[in-house]
Amino acid sequence: MNKTPNPKAWLFVIPVVVLVAFNALIPLMTVVNYSVQETFGDNVFFWEGMKWFEEVLRSERFHESFLRQIAFTGMILVIEIPLGIAIALAMPRKGPWVSVCLVLMALPLLIPWNVVGAMWNIFALPDIGLLGRMINGLGIDYNFTQQPVSAWSTTVLMDVWHWTSLVVLLSYAGLSAIPDAYYQAAKIDGANAWAVFRFIQLPKMKRVLTIAILLRFMDSFMIYTEPFVLTGGGPGNTTTFLSIDLVKIALGQFDLGPAAAMSLIYFLIVLLVSWIFYTLMMRGEEN
Amino acid sequence: MAKITLDRIKHSYLAKPDDPDDWALKEVDEVWEDGTAYALLGPSGCGKTTLLNIISGLITPTHGRVLFNNDDVTNTPTTERHIAQVFQFPVVYDTMTVQENLAFPLRNRGVDKDKIKTRVHEIAKMLDLSEMLSRRASGLTADGKQKISLARGLVRDDVNVIMFDEPLTVIDPHLKWLLRSKLKELHQSVGVTMIYVTHDQTEALTFADRVVVLHEGTVVQIGTPVELFEEPQHTFVGHFIGSPGMNFLPCDIIDGVASFAGNTIETATQQLPEVRPESLEVGVRPEFIHFDQKGFPVKIDKVDDLGRYQLVQTQHQGHSIKIVLNEGEEIPSENPCIVFDPKYTRLYADGWVIN
Amino acid sequence: MGIELKKVTKQVGAETYIYETDLSFEKDGFNILLGTTLSGKTTLMRLMAGLERPSSGEVWFEGQDVTGIPVQKRSVAMVYQQFINYPNFNVFENIASPLRVSGVSSQEIKQRVGKISDLLKLTPFLDRSPDELSGGQQQRTALARALVKNAALVLLDEPLANLDYKLREELRDELPKLFQDTGATVVYATSEPLEALMLGGRTATLHEGRVTQYGPTSQIYRAPNTLVSAQVFSDPPINTAPVEKKNDTFHLTDLINWSVPVEYANLSDGQYVIGVRPHHLTVGTATEDMVRLNGTVQIAEISGSESIIHFNVEGHTWVSESHGVHQFKVGDSVELSLDVSRCFYFHQSGELVAG
Repeated sequence: MNKTPNPKAWLFVIPVVVLVAFNALIPLMTVVNYSVQETFGDNVFFWEGMKWFEEVLRSERFHESFLRQIAFTGMILVIEIPLGIAIALAMPRKGPWVSVCLVLMALPLLIPWNVVGAMWNIFALPDIGLLGRMINGLGIDYNFTQQPVSAWSTTVLMDVWHWTSLVVLLSYAGLSAIPDAYYQAAKIDGANAWAVFRFIQLPKMKRVLTIAILLRFMDSFMIYTEPFVLTGGGPGNTTTFLSIDLVKIALGQFDLGPAAAMSLIYFLIVLLVSWIFYTLMMRGEEN
Repeated sequence: MAKITLDRIKHSYLAKPDDPDDWALKEVDEVWEDGTAYALLGPSGCGKTTLLNIISGLITPTHGRVLFNNDDVTNTPTTERHIAQVFQFPVVYDTMTVQENLAFPLRNRGVDKDKIKTRVHEIAKMLDLSEMLSRRASGLTADGKQKISLARGLVRDDVNVIMFDEPLTVIDPHLKWLLRSKLKELHQSVGVTMIYVTHDQTEALTFADRVVVLHEGTVVQIGTPVELFEEPQHTFVGHFIGSPGMNFLPCDIIDGVASFAGNTIETATQQLPEVRPESLEVGVRPEFIHFDQKGFPVKIDKVDDLGRYQLVQTQHQGHSIKIVLNEGEEIPSENPCIVFDPKYTRLYADGWVIN
Repeated sequence: MGIELKKVTKQVGAETYIYETDLSFEKDGFNILLGTTLSGKTTLMRLMAGLERPSSGEVWFEGQDVTGIPVQKRSVAMVYQQFINYPNFNVFENIASPLRVSGVSSQEIKQRVGKISDLLKLTPFLDRSPDELSGGQQQRTALARALVKNAALVLLDEPLANLDYKLREELRDELPKLFQDTGATVVYATSEPLEALMLGGRTATLHEGRVTQYGPTSQIYRAPNTLVSAQVFSDPPINTAPVEKKNDTFHLTDLINWSVPVEYANLSDGQYVIGVRPHHLTVGTATEDMVRLNGTVQIAEISGSESIIHFNVEGHTWVSESHGVHQFKVGDSVELSLDVSRCFYFHQSGELVAG
């Protein structure tokens, strides 16, 4: 409350402004630049206006990869969030096992993304991979390099394996912040385990879960490395998610204009969904 | 409602206590009457929270039994003891309205809707919560939240005892006395046994019919506020209750009478011990000393005008003695001598009053 | 001369934190800022320390204009209500930290820290980390850090507010002694009238960003210049009631009246406000020079040595404070005596009536 305005304070903000300008604003402006122009190399540009945007928004290909993306993100959220909460609830709150559990949980998060892709690629190979052989051994016909269903389930499984830990750790932090008094009060009020979860644990985890869902939404919506290494977007285009598609257009076909327009649309979708979600979750928190 | 019997309760947090200091609670053997308001008073680490947790069932005592009425509940879990508790930091169910919060304990127990409704409104009225029944509980101030915690206990009609664990810690200082007196009033109207844990003498003395003073794991006195002030049973009570606390001075027995630094002291203690105990002290509150030429001389170090009273710090042969005089009461300028009021002067051996 | 504020004001945005204030604090003895939360105590201290720049006016220290000189370049020490210590330093290093910063030799540091820790009874804890200490010890460590620096200006912002009352009692007694011979100007902010009286020195009463009165502490208490000053300096709150002077009688109601004391004989007839400190309204039969009131008990509170009772007298609430522990039940009818010879009369504007 006792704050005095000091013009010098702006000096301290300058380094951040410069940094943000270099790593976000300038590249973004380049993309905007490409998205409204046509180029054939040689640094020669022609003004195209909204053409690329219209083209991208009308293209069948964009619609397909967009729907695939939505499906993928939806699936992993539906699996990872409840699973993460369940694991966090099952973890011990006190004692020597706490640190063991936490380290185990953190492990997948420490592995580089392309390594995760490579690991699962080998793991799931139907002829030599442990997982692939086991599933085939059970009499299920499984080959993620050729069957869309296998490819999808492997990609989802890999993401769940890689990222559920993040949800667990965040939920666990939320749970540990609940004072004992709440549990005692609930016991005294005669609440059963479900009521404790519904009226104490879940509301108290709301903030961290918001963060977990946001992070998982953004990350999975922009996922690239792991499915690229695992399936390369195949078989066919069945696991070609938005970012894989984008790279194909930009670098494979060198269609810079449409790629730039698509990037911007992509970026705006992520921003919009995140904002809507955040506002919804935080509504009522203010009072 | 219940009478609570603490049958030779002892508790240690260590697996194998052998030293007397290992005991957080050293043998408490008490019967607490049904419908009475008790306060457990003492500084941090005195064992008051341990005792509270034993009664609520969060801790099973190392030794002894806890009885509610005549049922042994020593091994009964908290849920089945039919108790209610208000914690230091307010516990409310954030997503519920005030009304839903109050109804929660009844809904969990399958009470029918109409009965819940009447009961909730009845209790809300008692605690001045009627106006805010439809508001979200999370938006209330700390004192409002504490009232909700209390109300969740009061709505049930099967409650044996309501416990308070330093419930005013987070309440704004100028609201404390309001809530304090509200609690007192509630106790008088509902008549449930209540146990209130605090380190604050004002809270304890204002709230309780009987105050249990704990010191280093031992109950040093249980008594009414008047008894604690006028007849402390232990030097700790004399020191802890009242500000400034009681004066304690080393004492001898010469020819069958008490004597401090060679001055005969008249006391209320009837039977003096035949053998002088290891530590013998005479105790008198600053309020019960006055200037009188019949007494023994003192040197006046300092006089503080504290408005309502004057605090006079004096000395006699290196022993400091505090005296409280009324506003405007005269302090002799030459040869000040003091006497102790015999009715309120007692002898203490090894900390305990001689009786 | 210690610290002086000359026509100082402080505005933040559209809000005025401090209205034009002239105040000069002396070197010897405590200078007390007494006021409720948000009365402006902390802002005044921050202005004195140089943590804030006044919106207008000047701050002078020891005869020099220091307005605008930042706190780092002044010799200032501050202790806050929260116990602030470096958590990763032990007690010794905590106390030594200001000396290390100013490059004192380690030989001298050892000696100075040793001396201060003796004084504050911290010697046995020098090796411990602050979180292993009790609240009282933590605050002593913070005080030691302020003392060891030999700062010319020491600002203590409600340093005892978060301590248990027994510790508070002890430290209130010690504090003035600790700073006695340091040659520092000490400013002490508190919201408790009793604390101000115990510390003595001089007091400035603060209300909503204005200093309402300044002078020797007991004088301010005994002769408040306005109703507001009297209210700031009274806990429990001072009783106020409208009275009417008709010829030679003051009328509280038709039936409750008393004859006008000689010193107010020349006062013109009309409406006034009477201010009665709670301890001038006592339980018991009125003697000749007192006025009798009949009340019903609304609330009875007992602090260690006093009973504070709220009464309803013909629809008006009065607070009485009497010595000792007296228990009353809510609703009891009690006879009270009002010591009119000690009460204050104020004009309706709030100014004290000269008597």
